[in-house]
This record gives sequence, C-alpha cells and structure tokens, in this order.
Amino acid sequence: MDIIVCVKHVPETAEAEIKIDATGKAIEKTGLVFDINEWDDYALEEAVRIKEKFGGTVTAITVGPEDADSTLRKCLARGADKAIRLTDTRFEDSDGYAIAKILQSTIKSLPFDLILTGALAGDDGYTMVGPILAELLGISHATMVKKIELDDGVAKVNRELEGGLEEMVEVKMPMVLTVQTGINEPRYVSIMGIRKAMQKEIKVLGLADIGLSENDVGEAGSWIKIEKMFVPSVEKQAEFLKGTPEEVSAKIAEILRARGLI
Amino acid sequence: MHFELNEEQKEIKRAIKEFCEKEFTPELALELDEKEEFPMELYKKAAKLGFTSMRIPQEYDGQGYGLLEDCIVVEEMCRVDPGLGAAVSLGNLMIPDVLLKHGNEEQKKKYIPPLARGDTISAAAFSEPEHGSDITRMDTTAVKSGNEWVINGSKEFITNAPVADIFIVLCQTDPNATPSHRGQSIFLVEKGTPGLEATKLKRKMGIKPCITGSLALSDVKAPETSLVGELNKGFYYALELFDETRIAVAAQAVGMSQGAFERAFQYAKTRKQFGAPIIKFQGISFKLADMAIKIEAARMLTYKAAWLFDQGRLDPMATSMAKAFAGRVAMEVTDEAIQIYGGYGYLADYHVERFHRCAKITEIYEGTTEMQKLTIINRLMKTM
Ligand SMILES: Cc1cc2nc3c(=O)[nH]c(=O)nc-3n(C[C@H](O)[C@H](O)[C@H](O)COP(=O)(O)OP(=O)(O)OC[C@H]3O[C@@H](n4cnc5c(N)ncnc54)[C@H](O)[C@@H]3O)c2cc1C
Ligand SMILES: Cc1cc2nc3c(=O)[nH]c(=O)nc-3n(C[C@H](O)[C@H](O)[C@H](O)COP(=O)(O)OP(=O)(O)OC[C@H]3O[C@@H](n4cnc5c(N)ncnc54)[C@H](O)[C@@H]3O)c2cc1C
Repeated sequence: MDIIVCVKHVPETAEAEIKIDATGKAIEKTGLVFDINEWDDYALEEAVRIKEKFGGTVTAITVGPEDADSTLRKCLARGADKAIRLTDTRFEDSDGYAIAKILQSTIKSLPFDLILTGALAGDDGYTMVGPILAELLGISHATMVKKIELDDGVAKVNRELEGGLEEMVEVKMPMVLTVQTGINEPRYVSIMGIRKAMQKEIKVLGLADIGLSENDVGEAGSWIKIEKMFVPSVEKQAEFLKGTPEEVSAKIAEILRARGLI
Repeated sequence: MHFELNEEQKEIKRAIKEFCEKEFTPELALELDEKEEFPMELYKKAAKLGFTSMRIPQEYDGQGYGLLEDCIVVEEMCRVDPGLGAAVSLGNLMIPDVLLKHGNEEQKKKYIPPLARGDTISAAAFSEPEHGSDITRMDTTAVKSGNEWVINGSKEFITNAPVADIFIVLCQTDPNATPSHRGQSIFLVEKGTPGLEATKLKRKMGIKPCITGSLALSDVKAPETSLVGELNKGFYYALELFDETRIAVAAQAVGMSQGAFERAFQYAKTRKQFGAPIIKFQGISFKLADMAIKIEAARMLTYKAAWLFDQGRLDPMATSMAKAFAGRVAMEVTDEAIQIYGGYGYLADYHVERFHRCAKITEIYEGTTEMQKLTIINRLMKTM
C-alpha cells in the first residue's frame, strides 16, 4: 500500500493576535508559530497506521517555502518514509486549484494506492485541494472522512455530516480521501523518530522539475484572487430587557413567538 | 562561536514542548503537588518517547545525544511544570552516568537499558543525616565478609528512594584511610534486598511530585559484583559525577525561570489597573526586562557548561557557575513573577507560587550554591 499525504505548513492562528499586513490581502506572519496543519496531522497519522497494518510506504508532500521542512521532518519523525517539498517563487499566490495542479504534476509520476489530505487547512479553510486533486488525477474521492476500512481495492469510509450524522460510502482505489480531525489520536514525535528523520533527505522540486508552465501556477494559474482580508467589525446587537421579572419573561416569550421559535 | 541550536536540536525542543504542553496539565501539576506522588505513568510515557534517556548511548537503549540536548529537554519539562519536570527529569538519575564511566560491561548491560526504557527507577544515595555538603567521611560502612560486603548506615534526602528499583550507595570501605575520602566506595543495591528500607519524606517545600526518602541499611548484603569501579575510589567518582549532573540541575532552574516569566508576561499584558494593562507601567515592564536578561544569561552559562562536557572538556568551574547562577536567577525570577501577579500570585491556582517553591531546590541539591562558589574560588586560586 503506497500512500501519499499532502501536508501544509500553516501559522497557528487560533490563540495568536492576528494583524493584517501592508498589502491588505494577507495576515502579518512575523511572530507567528508555524506547524503542520491540524487536519493534515490526522491524515499523516492515519497513513502511518495503515502502513503499519498493511505494509508499504508513506510519502509526505508539501507545496511551501524552505521553512516547511520542519513540517516535513515532523512527518518523517512520525513514520513517513519519504518527503517532497515543491518550492518555487512562482508558486506564490496559488489558490487551491493551482496548488492541486502542482501536487498532481508530481504525484502522477509516483506509485500510489491512496492519497490523504486534510479536509481543510486551518489558515484559509477552502476545503478544495483534495477534491480538485482527485479530479485532475481522474480518480475517486470522499471528503470529511472519520473512519477508513480498507479491503481489497475498495475502502469503506465514514463521512461526517452535519448534525452528528455519519454516512458510510464505498470508494474504489486509487482514491483521495480528505480527513477530518478526530479520526485517530496523532502520536507524539519521539526522539527515536527525530534521529531517523534527520537522516532522511527531503527532495526539493521546482517549477522546471514538474513539467508545468508559469501560467499554470501562482496568480496566473489560479481561479480565485484574494481581494481583501479584514477583521470583521464588532457590532453590538444585544438587547437589554428591563422591567419586573414578570414583564421581562412576557417580553422574552413575545420575541420567541414572533420569531417562530416557540 | 556558535550561539544557535542546530536543526536537530530545534526538532528536539519542539517535540518535548508538544509533549509537555499536552501531558503536563495544570490539573495534574496541582494534584501531584498536593498528593506528593511520583507521576509514574507520565514518566513511562516520556521514557518510551526517549525524553528521559537523551544522553544514554543507543547501545544501551538510550538516544545517544549529548548533555546539551538533555538540557534542552530538561529545561522544557521544567518550563511547563517545575514539579513534574523535576520528577520526570530525575527518574533515572546518576546510575547510567556512573556506570557508563566506571561500571563493568555486565553492570552496564544489566542496569542501564531498563533505566533508559523507563522500566526501572534509580536512586543515588550520598547524603547522610550528618554529612551533606561535606561527604569526605561517610558514617555508612561496607565491611567485607567472605565474598560479599555488608552495608550498615543511613542516608537522607534520597531522590526516588521510595520508588526506586536500583540504588547506588556511597560507603566508607576503609575507616582508617587518611584522608578519609580515600576510603570510600560505591555499591549497587537492588530494591528488595533484605535490610534495605526507604521511608518517604513528606511536606517538602517544592518539587513534590519528585519524591524524596530516607534510606536505612542494616546488614544489607552486597555481592562483590555490586562494587562500582575500583575499591576506595567512590568519592572521586561522586565528585566527577556531580560536575556532570549539576549542569542538568542548572537546566531545571532555567526552565523554571522561563516558565514563571512567560506566565507573568502574559498576565501583565492582560491585567488592568489604573486604566491600563500593568505592563504599560515601567515598574512592571522593567521587571520583565530584567527577568529576560537574567534568564538568557543563565541559559548561556548552562549551555556552555553542557557544550564543554559534550566536547570532552568537562569544566567544573563552568558547571558550578551555571548551577549557582541559574539557581539564584530562578529564585529571583519566580519571586518577581509572584509580585507581578499581585494577590493572585499568592494563590496555588495561579501556579507561579509553585514555581517559586520548586525553584529553591536548585540552590540546594547536587551541591549547595556555597559549594559551587567553593569550587569556583578554588579553581580561580589555582589558576590566577
Ligand atoms: C529534595 C532533595 C533531594 C535530594 N536528593 C538527593 C539525592 O538524591 N541524593 C543525595 O545524596 N542527596 C540528595 N539531597 C541532599 C542534598 O544534596 C543536600 O541537602 C545538600 O548537599 C546539602 O547538605 P545538607 O542538607 O546536609 O546541608 P549542610 O551541608 O548541613 O549545609 C547547611 C548550610 O551550610 C552551608 N555550608 C556547608 N559547608 C559550608 C562551607 N564550607 N562554606 C560555606 N557554607 C557551607 C551550606 O551551603 C548550607 O547553606 C537532596 C536534598 C533535597 C532537599
Ligand atoms: C492573603 C491575602 C490577604 C488579603 N487581604 C485583604 C483584605 O483583608 N482586604 C482587602 O481589601 N484586600 C486584601 N488582599 C488584597 C491585596 O491588598 C491585593 O492583592 C493587593 O492590593 C494587590 O492587588 P491585586 O492583587 O489586585 O494586584 P494588582 O493591583 O493587579 O497588581 C499587580 C501588579 O501590578 C503592579 N502595579 C499595579 N499598578 C501599578 C502601577 N501603576 N505602577 C507599577 N506597578 C503597578 C502591582 O504592584 C503588582 O505587582 C489580600 C491579598 C492576599 C493575597
């Protein structure tokens, strides 16, 4: 079973103070801590578990700058066998479609039975790289995957739906699955893993190596262009009800009834 | 001169940071600070990931890194929690180090791998009720009887004693030696040996999850094979050992300082008085700047001492400078952290008082600060 995991090196923004940079189209990155995208963390773990069960290889692949090596090394330390970084200044400003093209151009020449990506990336949240990649490769896919059971060329996967529902679908290999958080419990990086990872090479490829042209990547090769990034203004919409408890409760009931809630 | 961690060391720091931030929870820290219990499960988990055997060679199931990498790990553990950090970083203290230097192959093979894997816990018994800073004479004696040694005496303040599987014990083997320290030897004693009894010391000031005990030895029989290295060389082995392990104590102090500093810094940014976050007042912000300076200086001394050791150039003066300075900095920084928290700093639930209580030990164990100064001044007198 040869598995490819697409991982992204993203800033941890959940608890950081976020500022918009001078271009008005991106966030200020200085001072932010970068790490593997949370969803990809689960995808990598799932890939390593599948490998441990069925044998084979796990290749982690990322489109990103040199800094992204730390994310790839983390993948190697946790059980990936190979790592590839796709780097070129012309890849900058690529949208999900362009990223999927870059990934596809590399992956198509690699042996694989299964490709895992995160369901989304914590920084831009587009949820599209996985499905587009599957389309470009002409293979099947399933999104928001919470459970994977492999069996002779097909996989039974559980997909997470809204409202706590799950559906189980059967997907034919080769396929792309986009993994939801919580599918497993990612292991810690061990010191033994770090030692192994440091002895492995990270293969670096640029535009010239992957057979795409300048027009396929970056802003030119993208369908989406960021117009503006901003922090939504805070609006106060709370209404304070005054009066005796009886009056207040009558008003609450009135509001709820008017909105069709009771 | 090179003042940056290399990529591998950065990966190590990142890995231990992630582990501690998830596993050393504030709830566990508060619970074990109260219960005074060793975090056995946590220790084994850390050990399985290699965090407790950084400087044990790979052939003995360790990680084969140096003391500097070990210091990075110890520092990070103590940054996240000083009590759990001390406990986890001392689970296999000293025995691997002394055996690697002076043990025979049989002893190394028998004792080091299980300690490296976290399957066993070690304890090192030097201090006695009557001999702490001055261990040139031991009241604990080992007397040869046939082909075994019979040990009698008592040891005080022994880290891990109540949970340890294997002990080293410094004994007077030649009571008539002059000076007396030329008549001391180190023996390995296993848990469960008849006559060996450990009692837990309760209500310590800090590092409560790192448990400490008294050790009573009455007619404890130790086979000839339990002697470490040569007869009557124990004192020298002990001094040499401390020159190494003290560097890790300095790393504990640096970590505790850093942890308290970070908490105080965040608090100062959010706590408002007189209409402004208190960090806007120079009375507070300059404190924080001073704390940052001291911590960085302590860290540099510590890393330098560790680096010298890893280069095969162990320098007792560098070790003592690192330990004495880092210990003092830890006391000052954790004290200031409480001050910055105001009344809340005085409450356990706000954590910084625990850092302060724990920090004190770094000025005491593995040689008090005064003993470090003696080492420094003796060296200076010889060389200047
Ligand atoms: C929590 C804890 C864990 C410990 N773990 C271990 C362990 O695992 N193994 C072990 O063997 N020991 C251990 N110790 C013991 C520790 O190493 C000793 O407490 C320490 O060496 C000091 O000895 P003492 O307590 O007898 O103090 P003393 O030696 O009595 O010193 C009292 C004071 O006098 C000062 N002093 C002594 N002589 C001089 C001098 N010549 N000049 C100036 N000042 C001097 C000291 O610096 C100190 O301030 C531990 C202690 C504690 C508290
Ligand atoms: C055990 C205990 C008993 C107490 N008993 C009582 C009691 O009986 N009655 C009562 O009313 N209170 C009591 N207190 C509260 C105590 O008086 C306050 O904790 C104290 O006044 C500090 O206030 P704070 O904790 O809110 O800290 P803060 O006022 O938030 O101060 C935090 C830090 O900022 C510093 N700081 C604040 N403003 C400035 C500034 N402008 N410039 C420079 N530095 C500044 C402070 O010095 C401190 O270091 C008690 C507290 C404790 C811990």
